[in-house]
Amino acid sequence: MADAGTDAIIEMREIRKVYDTGKIKVEALKGIDLTVARGEFVAIVGPSGSGKSTLMNLIGCLDTPSGGRYRLGGEDVSKLDRDALADVRNRRVGFVFQGFNLLPQISAFENVEMPLVFGGVSVGERRERVRVLLEKVGLGDRMEHKPTELSGGQMQRVAIARALAMGPDVVLADEPTGNLDTSAGGDIMQLFAELWQQGKTLVVITHDMTLARRASRVVEVRDGRIIRDVASEEVA
Amino acid sequence: MSAGRRDIGVVLHLFMGSARLQKKRAFLTIASIAWGTVTILLLLAFGEGLKRQFARNERAMGENLAICWPGESSKIWKGLPEGRPIQPRIDDIPTLQARMPDVKVWGEMTSSRALLQYARKAVNGRLIGTNYVYGDPRKHYPKPGGRFFGPQDEEQKRRVAFMGSEIAEDVFGKEEPVGRTVLINGSPFTVIGVMQKKTQTSTYGGPDKNHVVIPISTFRALFGRDRLNVVVLHTETEDEMDGAIERMKQYFAGRYSFDPKDERVFGIWNTVKGQRISGKIFLGMEMFFGIIGALTLIIGCVGVANIMYAVVKERTREIGVKMALGARRGWITGPFILEGLSYTLVGGLAGAVIAIVIVTVLGALPQDKMKVLEFMGQPTLSWPIGAATVAILGTAGLLAGYFPARRAAAIDPAATLRYE
Repeated sequence: MADAGTDAIIEMREIRKVYDTGKIKVEALKGIDLTVARGEFVAIVGPSGSGKSTLMNLIGCLDTPSGGRYRLGGEDVSKLDRDALADVRNRRVGFVFQGFNLLPQISAFENVEMPLVFGGVSVGERRERVRVLLEKVGLGDRMEHKPTELSGGQMQRVAIARALAMGPDVVLADEPTGNLDTSAGGDIMQLFAELWQQGKTLVVITHDMTLARRASRVVEVRDGRIIRDVASEEVA
Repeated sequence: MSAGRRDIGVVLHLFMGSARLQKKRAFLTIASIAWGTVTILLLLAFGEGLKRQFARNERAMGENLAICWPGESSKIWKGLPEGRPIQPRIDDIPTLQARMPDVKVWGEMTSSRALLQYARKAVNGRLIGTNYVYGDPRKHYPKPGGRFFGPQDEEQKRRVAFMGSEIAEDVFGKEEPVGRTVLINGSPFTVIGVMQKKTQTSTYGGPDKNHVVIPISTFRALFGRDRLNVVVLHTETEDEMDGAIERMKQYFAGRYSFDPKDERVFGIWNTVKGQRISGKIFLGMEMFFGIIGALTLIIGCVGVANIMYAVVKERTREIGVKMALGARRGWITGPFILEGLSYTLVGGLAGAVIAIVIVTVLGALPQDKMKVLEFMGQPTLSWPIGAATVAILGTAGLLAGYFPARRAAAIDPAATLRYE
């Protein structure tokens, strides 16, 4: 797409999402236009019920839009089937969740390895990549620990390592500090800042304004529409 | 192709991971399948053993026999009145046999209270005079060291006797009868064979173990009688029997002048009919056992499916996470189906081994010391039983894995990932 620039990672045009619960139809997104360029750090903010979670599901290809067009990394993903979407998530998106969502019975190492297994990466390369990633997030000495043996901050760092495993186009984080104390949350924010400086594209959904202020750009969603899209210095 | 291999690789990786974590549950599930398998196999094995034993006992008298008791004519025929006795003679047998060489034909004459003497013992017993062809079809198999009488014995009217197993014991006690001389109504006879023990449930006249059989020619010389008590036909197959009976009637109708359509001349016990009926009864019984066994096994599989459903529910978030990380649907369902299949496979194998051990142990029990086994028979495992069990197990295992897996695949990742 020439008009969106060659470096656009996320291009959403007129994206709508309607939840049909049978009795009532809920229009969660009422026409979203959003473009995120490579290397941007975007915070999506908004009150609960504003549609920002729906937006995140669509950005992360966990769900498909009811209308509009969505290109992720230059690939039209609005009409893909479930398995194709799974592949897109694997290659292009790294997820970081508020509740960490690590698999509890397997080690930190195996958690980070999981997307590489899905991606068909060979065993030898998997081992090397997981080791590098865990060292990068400062957990080189905790590889064989199970999630229950780690602190909240450490768990979130494992999750971040996992999100980075396949070298995704975008790291998508949903309230990544929401479940952490101030100090651990600060560490995670610091880690995000570092990733951004290394050139990663980050989209963070949050209502934590301290985190939002670290972003390069803040997008505010309300009632299924973007009501504000500004550089973070302009956020009050 | 490489995509397929990748699918298999991923599914195996995930399966190994979950199997390693669920040892106790896996054990319990496998045990329930093993239990079901043991049940179905033992039920079928007992059924099969019972069937074989029953057939063996029922057919201990012989298979494909028509025992024909001559009686009186009941129709007027060619100017002759009804009510004439029809009495075949010993000499009719060779003629009849020559006419129907594909059928074994013999006549029998009976003396129900012959006096048997050996040393100081005297025993009253049933004496049968018959043709030498009687031996094999009537399953008068000799114990080692003895024989049934043959054509020369019959031709030369030899004084030889073949004894039932029980009457031989009554007369000779612990002594070996073969080669010894027994007096039958005062005439000396050489014992040439003693019948092997057999459990017999159908007889005409009495159990074979209680009679003594001698050549029909010798019998005639001894008693001076010429009229046969019964004429017996034995065919190779069940289907030949009706035709054989018809030809026999034709012969005697010509010989003794009666209407060949006269049903009352011969009272005929055609064992083929009984064989067919009991064959059906046992088929029904086997089906019944099979269904009970299969239901037991299915209960085990429902248990597997139930547990797997619970696992799917318990791992909903985990499945959602895997989906978010890029797991295709097949990679989610694959491990569940594999889990269901491997539980049933291992459980089925364990059950089969246990059942085989039980059957082998029962088979090693001394049969003659346990009167029950004489009629119940040895439980027997056969290939059809094995194949049927494998088929049921396989299908049930697939279903036990498939339905929970389908539920797992239907999980919406977006809904499971949010923090609650």
